Amino acid sequence: MSAAVPPVRKERNNMRARAALMSPALLIIGGFLVAPLFVVLVYSFLTPGTYGGVIWEWTTDAYVQFLFEKDIFDETLIFSTAYLQIYSRSFVQAAASTAICFLIGFPTAYFIATRPAAQRNMWVLLVTVPYWINLLIRTIAMLFLVRDNGPLNHLLLSWGIIDEPIHIAYTNFGVGIGLVYSYLPFMVLPIYATIERFDFRLVEAAFDLYADRWTVLWKIILPLCAPGVIAGSLLVFIPSLGAFIAPDLLGGGKNLMIGNLIAMQFQASRNWPFGAAAAMILMTIVLVTLIFYARRQGRSTVRLH
Amino acid sequence: MRRKSTAHDVKRYPGFRAITWATMVFLYGPIIVIAIYSFNEIRSITVWGGFSLDWYIKAFNNDLIQRATMNSLIIAVSASTIATVFATFAALGMRGRRYRGKEAAFGLISLPLIVPEIVSAVASLVFFVLVGIPLGIGSIMLAHVVFCIPFAYLPINARLEGIEPYYEEAARDLYADGRQSFVHVVLPMLFPGIISGFILAFIISLDDFIITNFVAGPGATTLPLAIYGLVRTGLTPEINAISTMLLLVSIFFVTLSFLIGRWQARTQS
Amino acid sequence: MYFRRSLFAAALFAGALTLGGPAWAEGKLNIYNWFDYLPQELIDKFSKEHGVEVTMDTYDSNEALLARLKAGVTGYDVGVPGDYMVAILIKEGLLEKVQPNKLENYKHIDPKFVDVYFDKGREYSVPYQWGTTGFMVDTATYGGDIDTLKVIFEPPAELSGKINMLKDVNDVINMGLRYLGHSRCNNNPEQLKEVNALLQGAKKHWLSFNSDGAKEVLVSGDAAAGMIWNGFGMRARAEKGTLKYSYPKEGMTAWMDNLVVFKGAQNVENAKKFMNFMMEPENAATLTNFARYTAGVMGTEPFLDDELKTAYEVNPPEGVSMEFVPPCEDDVIRLYDRIWTNLLK
Repeated sequence: MSAAVPPVRKERNNMRARAALMSPALLIIGGFLVAPLFVVLVYSFLTPGTYGGVIWEWTTDAYVQFLFEKDIFDETLIFSTAYLQIYSRSFVQAAASTAICFLIGFPTAYFIATRPAAQRNMWVLLVTVPYWINLLIRTIAMLFLVRDNGPLNHLLLSWGIIDEPIHIAYTNFGVGIGLVYSYLPFMVLPIYATIERFDFRLVEAAFDLYADRWTVLWKIILPLCAPGVIAGSLLVFIPSLGAFIAPDLLGGGKNLMIGNLIAMQFQASRNWPFGAAAAMILMTIVLVTLIFYARRQGRSTVRLH
Repeated sequence: MRRKSTAHDVKRYPGFRAITWATMVFLYGPIIVIAIYSFNEIRSITVWGGFSLDWYIKAFNNDLIQRATMNSLIIAVSASTIATVFATFAALGMRGRRYRGKEAAFGLISLPLIVPEIVSAVASLVFFVLVGIPLGIGSIMLAHVVFCIPFAYLPINARLEGIEPYYEEAARDLYADGRQSFVHVVLPMLFPGIISGFILAFIISLDDFIITNFVAGPGATTLPLAIYGLVRTGLTPEINAISTMLLLVSIFFVTLSFLIGRWQARTQS
Repeated sequence: MYFRRSLFAAALFAGALTLGGPAWAEGKLNIYNWFDYLPQELIDKFSKEHGVEVTMDTYDSNEALLARLKAGVTGYDVGVPGDYMVAILIKEGLLEKVQPNKLENYKHIDPKFVDVYFDKGREYSVPYQWGTTGFMVDTATYGGDIDTLKVIFEPPAELSGKINMLKDVNDVINMGLRYLGHSRCNNNPEQLKEVNALLQGAKKHWLSFNSDGAKEVLVSGDAAAGMIWNGFGMRARAEKGTLKYSYPKEGMTAWMDNLVVFKGAQNVENAKKFMNFMMEPENAATLTNFARYTAGVMGTEPFLDDELKTAYEVNPPEGVSMEFVPPCEDDVIRLYDRIWTNLLK
């Protein structure tokens, strides 16, 4: 790499050095994430063994099983929405959590971004800390708080606000709260980042044109902060869709979401191909969602983290 | 004309302050409650029986927790060290102007962030079993390196992008060769980024439950796995105590990384 | 050259990881057991007597154990599968034929547990504990008759929404079959359809599916009724006196957990030592005093807690019907799995 090397060779050396530097990280991810994903894809077309594992016979049964069910009666295939229901419930659950995260996350992000610079750092730290606290611990804390005999119900009962404990733990509502609690910081931080860069002279201009406060929010601030809102929504929606811990702990193992369905196939149910197919379908939904947003918003806006 | 009074502050929206405070209560309420109850002398989860450190002592003396903590630390330190080294290499390799494959390389590095965790988990399990990698500390470490790389990469890359090439050019003008200018100029400037990358990777590895749960083997119980096992049997004050300790560890590291970030911002400007 | 060198480094790194599997060496024993099923006291005693370092991981159902083994998880030496699971593991070739019947303490085994259906003559396994799977009710919440499965499937208003079920496909389905008066290991589609409908209809009354937490959920009061194994139930009653174990008139499952050695175990000799150790009446009694079920070896009486001699949970009243349920045929297992998945979604 000394100055005497002719430019073409220097360029080639340069590319080689780049490749050498990048290769460990790329090889590890390629070898231990991309290759495994490919194996899952292959497994989703195999036949399950009775007690687990796979038999190397090609079939699309796993995908057929997703939409149809062999009747317990007579083995005929009937259209079944059972698994679709799990997916659609997960979808609704994730979408609702995303919406709630937005409804409380946007004002929070806005409020923080409009604080004086000195306070802002403190607020950001306050939102960031939960983001890095163990998800399992946070979910446990939430379960502890809202269970029937927990501190929240105890407090409300003793204040006479309610006569009977509200059932939150082990319900879909509880799972929803758990998801919002898990991923709320993912919504606040990207929105904060866009609002912080927002040019408030535009707002002043709008006021000068006699727009009212909420029109300004709706017509000017929100559209201009769309990239942050979209990034935040993706960061909440995608992990919510495949969530495992919140439905498992706060749902009492009773109402499966996609993540639990997949896990179950590799655990007690021992149907690897079906679990693999379910994982591939989830992967597809995630990719389609990402591409959809990327298309709509242009490339630069979809930046995870 | 600037409107200065609160009533006409263009940036202000009524209710946003209240929502923000509500958000803070929501975010911190549960963890504060669990921390308070970890000091409850009696087992009850509703009645306060007096201050006590008994549950902490019990947690400290719990063999399973001790072993799991050890495992977690071994895994987190090694996985995040390896991931940070690889991520630093990658960031250096991808530095600078556009070239063919740059976007693809970036996509590959961020892939672990995009793939849902449960999918990575089953994929790793199936793959390890297929190629015959025994499940245990080694398999967990390997899986952790994969998802720690992007977390380490992002702050390192952000820092690196802030280092203008003219620093190196200046060093070369002073007759430093490529290596010298890298070691004496770029690396020291990159250091804060490497540290925050390492911290993030470390926390992420320490906290991981889902992937670890799938690729763990005999004797390789990590702290989150042990806690999950305890929780399945019911919420006891001992779990509150362990959780509170882990909370403090996370808070410590996040604050550290935050302070480094600020210091970094100051040195950069 | 740089490129090749770093490729090499990556390969080396990957190689190093594959070598670092679970630790085995002289003096180690990896136990895979149910949660909260072996007192630390016994582990310490065994470690001391034989100079063996013991590690233990836990699982929460026979099916979970099977799934882990079939997933190729290696490194465990001994496990504690239930009776029907022993039969399945033998059939699947997942157990080491260690012939515990040649061990010194084998003579203590209760003769009625020697020629068991799942392991005739005990070529693979020795008894660990046996007991029954039933349910408990908090009598402070519900004072009516609890000796019927109606409490679970068509619960009174006081218990609705406060019932915890075991996360166990066979226990739940067998309970349903008994309630409907159908036979176990049933592949009659009409009757299974009834079971399916029964479970679906009852699900709204159920709070959660949790095995590990079956005791805690009752003690904490989150559930007022819950499926539980008798010994675990006895421990629950010790913490909450109003809980009562039910002996349903429709009958109940009896089970026996057994110590086995897994195929390919690295520490077979230590595993056999452990089997022998656990058949020693005093040690079996220590286990029984902890787990509160019943030992499968004789001569434990002198070492047992007095309470166990009279406890309701381990001394069923006359006329209760208890049965061991052998593993079903493959097609029945598949049907059960389908009903189970259907229930949990």
